[in-house]
Amino acid sequence: MDNVLLARMLFGSSLIFHIIFATLGVGLTLMILIAEILRVVRKDNDYGILAKRWTKAVAILLGVAIPSGTIVAVMLALLWPGLIEVVGQVIALPFTLEIFAFFFEALFLSIYVYAASRLSSTMRIISVFFVALGATASAVLITNVQSWMNTPTGFSIVNGDITDVRPWEAVLNPAFGYTAIHVASSAYTATAFVVASYAAYQLLKPNLKQSEKTYHRKGLMMALIFGAITSLWTATNGHHSAVGLHHNVPVKLAAAEGLFETQSNAPLSIFGTPDPEANRVVGGIEVPGMLSYLATGSTDGVVVGLNEYPRDEWPPLFVHTLFNIMVGIGSALIALSFGALAYRIFFKKREYPNWVLIPLVASGPLAMLGIETGWIFACIGRQPWTIYGIQRTAEAATKSANLGTFFVIFISLYGFLLVVTALVMRYYFRRNPLIKEFENQTTTV
Amino acid sequence: MEANVAIVVIWLFLFLYALGGAIDFGAGFWSMFYFGRKDTTAASIANLYLNPSWKVTNVFLVLFVVALVGFFPHAAFALGSFMIVPVSFVLILLIIRSAFMVYSYSVQKYTKLFTYISGITGLLIPALMLSILPIIIGGFVEIVGGNHYILYDRLLSSPTLYAHIGFGLAAELFLSSLFLSDYAREAKAMETYEVYRKNAIILGPIMLSMAVAATMTLMPEAMWMVENMARQWHLFALSLVVFSIGYSALWWPSKKGRVGQPRVAVLFMVAQIGLASFAYGWAHMPYIVYPDLTIYEAVTNKQMYLSLLWGYAIGMAILVPLFYWFWRLFLKDKRYLTDKKVDDVR
Ligand code: HDD
Ligand code: HEM
Ligand code: HEM
Repeated sequence: MDNVLLARMLFGSSLIFHIIFATLGVGLTLMILIAEILRVVRKDNDYGILAKRWTKAVAILLGVAIPSGTIVAVMLALLWPGLIEVVGQVIALPFTLEIFAFFFEALFLSIYVYAASRLSSTMRIISVFFVALGATASAVLITNVQSWMNTPTGFSIVNGDITDVRPWEAVLNPAFGYTAIHVASSAYTATAFVVASYAAYQLLKPNLKQSEKTYHRKGLMMALIFGAITSLWTATNGHHSAVGLHHNVPVKLAAAEGLFETQSNAPLSIFGTPDPEANRVVGGIEVPGMLSYLATGSTDGVVVGLNEYPRDEWPPLFVHTLFNIMVGIGSALIALSFGALAYRIFFKKREYPNWVLIPLVASGPLAMLGIETGWIFACIGRQPWTIYGIQRTAEAATKSANLGTFFVIFISLYGFLLVVTALVMRYYFRRNPLIKEFENQTTTV
Repeated sequence: MEANVAIVVIWLFLFLYALGGAIDFGAGFWSMFYFGRKDTTAASIANLYLNPSWKVTNVFLVLFVVALVGFFPHAAFALGSFMIVPVSFVLILLIIRSAFMVYSYSVQKYTKLFTYISGITGLLIPALMLSILPIIIGGFVEIVGGNHYILYDRLLSSPTLYAHIGFGLAAELFLSSLFLSDYAREAKAMETYEVYRKNAIILGPIMLSMAVAATMTLMPEAMWMVENMARQWHLFALSLVVFSIGYSALWWPSKKGRVGQPRVAVLFMVAQIGLASFAYGWAHMPYIVYPDLTIYEAVTNKQMYLSLLWGYAIGMAILVPLFYWFWRLFLKDKRYLTDKKVDDVR
């Protein structure tokens, strides 16, 4: 297999693995913060227990999140020396600032976890606030480089050399705003539904004690409200991302929508397969004019099609499917959370029937799938470029051999660690059931 | 000028990570070595240190890597082509080590197995990292068509590789013992203090002789480096003096009951490692990879250099007070050091 493909496989699989843990790290720390605040405001220790158990989950996840992040950082440098050569000259700043976000997160997390008994309630909230801030900031800062790769700015190229570097202009590249917001909000969304999914799963169990039911219901409600807000927000700023693509990276939008001809009144195609022979998406549903409307605000707006570009600058056409999956999941999550909340408000029932709980159990894995397809779409949709319009992926890749062997080793390791992490979580929470927490209540306040 | 300042910053970060990493991985090893022993609290003292600090130590590794490619982006191609193999092995060990260390606290049934997995993988990490040094210095890298390849036959049959690995192991175990002896004394665990003090006494001279062996075995492979090191002899001599004073502090009388002043010893050893690694780094100049990549060719442009420097300066200014608070909470606060309940919050 060729080297570039192997490098992409190795790097891509490492990121797919890292992102699972990183996303939960971003989202859970914010939910812990909210739970800690609710505990004080409502004077209800159930929220304290939620915060405590989520913190334990974060501690377990970090055992993999941190080294997997280190792996991605080092691999980025080793596998993509061409990219790094440009990044180091133009956009090294966010990586630098990210380090300080990591320090903040690591220091305050240890303070929150291991010094809890020596801190006042306010200091605990402040510490966990900084943990959440550090986590979100690290996601935003890494995304900054990602967005710059889509819309590279802040430098000039003279005879192949990079000159006249303006670091802040690179940081504030046109795609940064919407990309960062979309990444943060989608991480919150995904975590909310993972939490909802867990609570719903617990509530499905027969013969729960009343105290356990109340506890899980509080967790579920919190996750649903948080998830409803963030999923709606994610769809809104996802729309902004699409509009951003229309302006900055039109070929990616064209691939996402399977649009071949540049046209006004462009249709939105849902599912189906883009067919370059037929110059359209076959087997999907078409909403006439909708794409023009979404991208430009009017059905008369002109949307650029793939045919404007030489074939060798087309991304793989299957990104259409990835994009559809992400958007489909986004819509499903909105429907699910608002539906469940509406059920609660209109029927004034405190208990959800199983036909509501079962789809909620599915929502967590679905939301994670949304994150993964979103990232893969963002990266593969940029192909064949690593830095859009500037550097091709083949020019960025390392020339080193041995990548195939390492791909096999790392993939097996990731698979193994996923299984072990899941087993460790299960073991820990079985050995330390909720009942025990209720008994220890007095010591945790 | 820019290249020189940048390489000093890199050296500083490497120095910080070398110390932090050695203590961190070493502590993991001791936590395994004394696992389940009823007669000493050596394992719990090691865990008491590791729990809050391993994440912070890991960030120093990331800091080093990011600063290296940020300041020296043109080194990426050379490093990316022949570092993949050794560095990937380090990364594999690192993720196994961190994951199983965290899991060992959560799964009582397998604590022993998991502690062994993390203890041994952790022990190997610094050794493997040091094995990268002789590769960079030259003699083991071949350039074919612009690509760098490691000559494994020569490398694996060269005594200097094993001397470097041995030095890595000895330094890790010595520094962590010394540090933990001080930590144990801070926690008023005097028996444990004795255990680690004894380890440090045995390991100190071993570390020193491994360092000499690593240099001597370098001669046939990279004479230029040894000659440069000889030119820095006064710095190495000073570091030897500092080592001797620090080592002797383990026998100085103390008001705290037991003989020895581990705090003094730790501070002197930090200075010693600083001096020796600085002298080593200086001898390495101006090459990043000998003989075809110098810091002057690899350094980034002026604007980026300045903004990175500002970035690190401002970031550090914010972090230093935070580090101080952290140190107070976990390395000094008696309530943490003597808290038996620490086990159940983690
Ligand atoms: C620093 C920027 C950056 C960020 C934040 C991401 N990626 Fe990426 N990704 C790259 C930088 C990159 C890259 C180094 O630039 C690659 C290699 C070749 C390319 O064009 O993009 C790439 C390729 C790449 C590939 C292989 C693409 C292919 O085969 O065509 C996959 C599957 C992913 N990435 C997946 C992800 C996931 C799941 C991410 C979510 C965390 C992610 N990427 C974030
Ligand atoms: C090329 C891409 C990436 C690189 C190089 C990278 C690098 C890293 C590194 C080095 C760490 C470990 C830091 C430590 O030692 O504490 C880490 C952790 C983390 N990463 Fe990534 N990362 C990447 C992608 C992402 C993305 C896309 C996100 C956002 C969703 C993200 C969010 C995080 C978070 C939140 C953590 C901290 C884990 C935790 O403490 O919860 N990372 N990353
Ligand atoms: C519901 C409507 C949604 C729309 C219209 C939408 C739109 C987009 C667009 C256009 C991009 C590409 C941006 C770029 O490449 O520059 C993107 C990326 C992404 N999406 Fe979505 N999205 C939606 C929902 C979601 C959901 C529900 C999730 C996850 C829970 C998600 C996660 C992501 C991620 C992680 C990325 C990659 C980061 C980025 O480049 O912004 N999206 N989305």
